[in-house]
Amino acid sequence: MTEKTFIAGFGGQGVISLGQMWVYCAMKEGLIVSFFPFYGAEKRGGIARASVIVSEEEIASPIVAKADTVVIMSQDSVEIAEEKCAQGGTILLNSSLVKTDPNRPDAKILHIPCNEIAEKIGDGRIANMVMMGALSQTTGAVKLDHADEILKTFFPPSKHGLIPMNIKAIEAGKQACLSCE
Amino acid sequence: MELLYGHPKSLVSIQSKYCPGCGHGVIHRLITEVIDEMGLQERSIITNPVGCSIWAEYYFDFDSVQPAHGRTPAAATGIKRNLKDHLVICYQGDGDLAAIGTAEIIHAANRGEKFTTIFVNNAIYGMTGGQMAPTTLVGQYATTSPRGRDPGEAGMGYPIKVCELLSSLGGTRYLARGAVNNPVNIKKTKKMIRTAFEAQMRGEGFTMVEILSQCPTNWKLSPPESIDWLEKNMIPFYPLGEIKNTLSTAAAPAGAGN
Amino acid sequence: MSKEIRLMKGNEAIGEAAIRAGCASYFGYPITPQNELTAYMAANMLPAGRIFIQAESEVSAINMVYGAAATGVRAMTSSSSPGISLKQEGISYLCGADLPAVVVNVARAGPGLGGITPAQGDYFQSTRGGGHGDYHTIVLAPKGVQEAADLTFEAFELSDKYKIPVLVLADGLIGQMMESVVLPDPVDMAALPRKPWAVGHQARDKRGVNHVSSMNLDPATLEKANLKREAHYDMVKKELCRYEEMQVEDADLVIVAYGTSARVSMSAVQAGRAKGLKIGLFRPITLWPFPYERIAALAEKEGRKFLSVEMSMGQMVEDVRLAVNGRAPVAHYGRTGGMIHNEEEVLAAAERMLNA
Ligand SMILES: Cc1ncc(C[n+]2csc(CCOP(=O)(O)OP(=O)(O)O)c2C)c(N)n1
Repeated sequence: MTEKTFIAGFGGQGVISLGQMWVYCAMKEGLIVSFFPFYGAEKRGGIARASVIVSEEEIASPIVAKADTVVIMSQDSVEIAEEKCAQGGTILLNSSLVKTDPNRPDAKILHIPCNEIAEKIGDGRIANMVMMGALSQTTGAVKLDHADEILKTFFPPSKHGLIPMNIKAIEAGKQACLSCE
Repeated sequence: MELLYGHPKSLVSIQSKYCPGCGHGVIHRLITEVIDEMGLQERSIITNPVGCSIWAEYYFDFDSVQPAHGRTPAAATGIKRNLKDHLVICYQGDGDLAAIGTAEIIHAANRGEKFTTIFVNNAIYGMTGGQMAPTTLVGQYATTSPRGRDPGEAGMGYPIKVCELLSSLGGTRYLARGAVNNPVNIKKTKKMIRTAFEAQMRGEGFTMVEILSQCPTNWKLSPPESIDWLEKNMIPFYPLGEIKNTLSTAAAPAGAGN
Repeated sequence: MSKEIRLMKGNEAIGEAAIRAGCASYFGYPITPQNELTAYMAANMLPAGRIFIQAESEVSAINMVYGAAATGVRAMTSSSSPGISLKQEGISYLCGADLPAVVVNVARAGPGLGGITPAQGDYFQSTRGGGHGDYHTIVLAPKGVQEAADLTFEAFELSDKYKIPVLVLADGLIGQMMESVVLPDPVDMAALPRKPWAVGHQARDKRGVNHVSSMNLDPATLEKANLKREAHYDMVKKELCRYEEMQVEDADLVIVAYGTSARVSMSAVQAGRAKGLKIGLFRPITLWPFPYERIAALAEKEGRKFLSVEMSMGQMVEDVRLAVNGRAPVAHYGRTGGMIHNEEEVLAAAERMLNA
């Protein structure tokens, strides 16, 4: 199994931490991982993107040329992200912010209202965790069954109070994905 | 019979390569006398700078490191930080310190690096044959200022007073200027070196002794004339004495008294 | 007990590996894309009682390394391409004085200020000495975060063993990428062998005076010293050449690639094999010494072709040509300017060459 994911969104949406958390959980589940953020001159604003691979085998190129799954968190990243999807791949859209579907009739497109779900849980900033749940559900690559244990080793103890809310977001993301498949 | 005067133990007893009347040899002697008096021969390291004193390893009977031109304070930083209880001497000429190595000296001084810089100011590039140095006086002849240093029309800049320049930096604790043109100044200079070395061994901040030194060969003067020239031209522009002393032990000013 | 697996950025893994290798002194200067490395050293060297200085320039940093190395400790600096250019003076002096040191280049695109994204345009500079005079540095090229850590750790050992500075040539992708890594066990710094040639502690070591210098103004003795160093290099060439091969035995086309380009080429080989193409990958791990002999042996096979894939206008391809020595066709493919070719582009280039 090798799952290649391309993630894009605007700076500050948690695209980088989504990618990092995804590979961290995958690593804890025993997979081989790579995470390559696009880094440009501008650190804030602009479009944040990352190539993310989790695999049972050694990872060759860490750059995702054709993604099994593309994650689009914002409207302005549709253009960059849609072409990254492999023929017949999956596109996960944050439908709270993306109002036009990518021009990819071959792809399976799943609409996840990440921000709305996150706000219902209590904090719009965990929209990225909702998306991670959906990504787990649709790919099955990283199970996230023991995410609470894993997040305890990811976050410093001062932030452990935030873990229950993150877990809720992940679970809600999985559910949202199930209901649109 | 008590020996009142002899050859310093830390100074190798060989004929030096310095020209007649050159100040480097006297300065080597002063450094080694102080090292012997302080009993530091086996705990001293000197950097041989690119310049006439590059052969320092032939003369000093203790460890040495020869860095790139002007990078002397950077190399001395690497040495002293790893050998905190050693006496590290950063020996530099005016081209090495005040031209190519300006960034290195300013930042080493500003960090308060705990070595001692011995800055030999002969107002000329000695080793390469008498080119203009940053400390060359206005009007002074050099092969690259053939009509005299001209800060105006020719845009050759002004002579740099290094002690004064460094004195504004927080890391500097002791900045003094001596000369080796006569016995009185030589004695005072030795005292300055001692003050600086002692401060270094106490672990105080950056210490430097600038030493006005003759270069008869490149000044195109006889040795006696060069002594006179230094007195009449350099000392009025580069005043002798302590330019800055914020050492914890308020020692008697080394430039004062006889 | 199985070892802890950590998720780390290449830059951080290099820093941690250096610390575990007993790096006593680190001197750096900010430049993207290696900033995390300098920050990691600042955060971790000082609390460990080791030496960290943010120097005023790369020139100063490498000369601090020179001074520190002269005292016999393990010393390191890191930068990215433009800063590595500034360090060439110091590297030449380190080689002239036969001092060990580790220099890490997290390379970016040039020439000039260029860009901040990954590139492999520093191959010539790295493998040909880079500064003035007759010398080489050992050059290690990691392909990912794990190897970046392993080779950095080993760089200190090799540098001490051979008294040659070791350059770890990574790039912005390896520096910025996160992968899982198992770190080497820390060395016991107190147990590292003393260096009899180092300055300091003369009385403790009961020895004569030591001088560390690269100067030799007598041509006859300088020639002798250079010949001796060359003989030493010959020994290193025999002992140290390292490479990795992937499906080269039956390959009609061998891709030669290092670092990031090798990772991309691995994917291209997999995709090509899936299409029934006989292509393989040869990955030099030591760029100096370069594995000429092994490539020469691979060139013996009738009809085999070589494609050097580099994120540059073609630099390593010259070494491949030297190795092949006219016995087989050699070509270059690569993107430059901070663009990274993907596996489809590399496979297309390989197919073009196969069909030519
Ligand atoms: C990078 C570099 N540039 C130039 C030189 C040539 N060079 C050797 S000594 C010297 C001048 C030294 O003058 P100074 O520091 O005043 O010392 P002095 O010889 O007067 O004692 C120069 C320019 C060099 N060795 N390296």
